[in-house]
Amino acid sequence: MVKSESKIIVVTSGKGGVGKTTTSAAIGAELANRGHKTVVVDFDIGLRNLDLIMGCERRVIFDFVNVIQSDANLSQALIKDKRNENLFILPASQTRDKDALTAEGVERVLADLRKEFAFIICDSPAGIERGALLALRYADEAIIVTNPEVSSVRDSDRIIGVLNSRTQRAEQNLEIKKHLLLTRYAQGRVQRGEMLSVEDVQEILAIPLLGIIPESTAVLNASNSGVPVTLGPVSDAKRAYQQAVAVLLGEESQSRQKGWKSKILEGLKLFTRSPA
Amino acid sequence: MNIFKKFLDGIGTNRKSAKVARERLQIVLSHQRSDGGDIDFLPKLRHELLTVICKYVKIDQEQVNVQLQRTENCSILELNITLPSAKEQTA
Repeated sequence: MVKSESKIIVVTSGKGGVGKTTTSAAIGAELANRGHKTVVVDFDIGLRNLDLIMGCERRVIFDFVNVIQSDANLSQALIKDKRNENLFILPASQTRDKDALTAEGVERVLADLRKEFAFIICDSPAGIERGALLALRYADEAIIVTNPEVSSVRDSDRIIGVLNSRTQRAEQNLEIKKHLLLTRYAQGRVQRGEMLSVEDVQEILAIPLLGIIPESTAVLNASNSGVPVTLGPVSDAKRAYQQAVAVLLGEESQSRQKGWKSKILEGLKLFTRSPA
Repeated sequence: MNIFKKFLDGIGTNRKSAKVARERLQIVLSHQRSDGGDIDFLPKLRHELLTVICKYVKIDQEQVNVQLQRTENCSILELNITLPSAKEQTA
């Protein structure tokens, strides 16, 4: 039986190095913190890294490809997090075989995961090749991770186009819900006019904002120690990811949970906005 | 534009790089979106053009040049075909 609220969410970006895996781990862990049974699936075949970010690299025995090829069953490949019993990971394989992922295989495994999990987070590889296309193909919703920087924004725009045309939902003429997550954001540089602002990126990409993750030392600390940001000590990034999850769950809208700083900025903008 | 905004923008002698980034992105994305982000049709177009032209004139594969050029306001599809001289054709 499919869990009624079961949701497949792809974390994607087009460009590499913008924070997809960090985000997948942080959001997956926060959903688990809130009591939702969650699995994070690594689609980066050949370049497995989610296990490292989530601190379970020494516990990988079977992987996604083993399950697809029926060399192992799902329960053998799933790794249960030691810190949170609601959190699981399905690691990617390190094979160099590019065709190891098949559409039928991925669809079957995701259907099986739906029976057990409330949230299935698909951590997409960079690019728009097979792995990335399969990661988003069966998604109900998408989180588009973007840095406030030209190449990342351009690639995000491209990925939004792919989401609108290459997903199963798109082919069935259903809408796929898209969320913008801006990462590595530096408010000071934005104020000095050295970095694209959240409003700039939102205006260009025209999708609703899930959250803003500030450039933070907590992110490297988290990956160094294999602890998802949301399972680690209190930090600005942790708070930001927690807020993003609240928005994802529809508990609060982005606009209602801004800090005092952005509220002041917002106030200022009332005076500075051009009547375009 | 609001005077206050103009005043803010005027601070510092350099043009703010974020503003430049925004404008460049708007241009590049309007192109990317208009061709669906897909210009992969060029090789196929070249091949099909070649097939049609070969029905009428005997030409060399290498003598067909297809290029897509973009400016801010429009795209130009440039087609350059060198036909063999009459002498070569009869030869």
